[in-house]
Amino acid sequence: MIWLSFEEFLAIGGYGGYVWGSVLVTGAALALELVLLARRRRAALLAAAHASRRRQA
Amino acid sequence: MSGYLTPGTGAIAGAMSSASPQGRGRRWLQFASPAAFYGPAGTLAALLLPLSLVLALVGLYIGFLVAPTDAQQGDAYRIIFVHVPAAWLSMVIYAAMAFWSAVGLVANTRLSAMMAGALAPSGALFTFLALWTGALWGKPTWGAWWVWDARLTSELLLLFLYLGFIALQAAIDDPRRADRAGAVLALVGTVNLPIIYFSVKWWNTLHQGASVSVSSAPTIATPMLLGMLVMALAMWFYAAAAALLRLRCIILEREGQAAWVAGLAQGEGA
Repeated sequence: MIWLSFEEFLAIGGYGGYVWGSVLVTGAALALELVLLARRRRAALLAAAHASRRRQA
Repeated sequence: MSGYLTPGTGAIAGAMSSASPQGRGRRWLQFASPAAFYGPAGTLAALLLPLSLVLALVGLYIGFLVAPTDAQQGDAYRIIFVHVPAAWLSMVIYAAMAFWSAVGLVANTRLSAMMAGALAPSGALFTFLALWTGALWGKPTWGAWWVWDARLTSELLLLFLYLGFIALQAAIDDPRRADRAGAVLALVGTVNLPIIYFSVKWWNTLHQGASVSVSSAPTIATPMLLGMLVMALAMWFYAAAAALLRLRCIILEREGQAAWVAGLAQGEGA
């Protein structure tokens, strides 16, 4: 193991802010993309359901 | 995957137009129909997402717990494990988007254009992430978040190409015309790809040269290289899954009037 303690791991040799700022923003952005895609899918299905009800009415 | 090749569901049968070509090509061409590809796209995404998560965990483990500290850059170099894969993907996605744009222009297949449109936001996101992580790497190693060097500037141009493609498609009401206009823009923009890739060779850039290339042995330690490649694969699978999920949304939005979408919408209780 290259780190002697958890604190040392978090500090990443003094570059913790830069390194974690890269990793966490990347992870958060990709997770957010999936959330937005799920919402877009629900909205599209909702719109399609409304449209088909209108046509039947 | 052979299950996808068996025709016969209502959606696939309904989507087949009477003009579809006969013979051996038909088996594959049936997936050029948005309705027929909707299901397989979801299955593929459901396979790729968990795979991508596992690979990302393995890649981060290698990058943060196995790979040694860099002799020149200290531990700031660990940004490489997200920066390089994100930057690769920003270019790979653009190439894929241009490819599907070209197929859409030549073959006039709706699904290809939808595919190009589905890739663009993911490409823009990865380009943004490449620039973001690059800024966070530049500050501690160069002393500046941003410099107008050829690599950074051409990557910024790539972001504008993605945003321009998205804006252009959104600005044109007729989907077929929007697809064609977007496709032309995407194809013209491909000249930027070799400029990004070779910028560190052609110009004297502050950005470092390639650590990994096809023509020569990598210039970095094995665990560093391995971590980077595993992360690249993870992001590749993720990007493919996200693009397929977005493709499904686009199909639903564009085929909203079709009977199979109405059935799906009611079936899922939306």
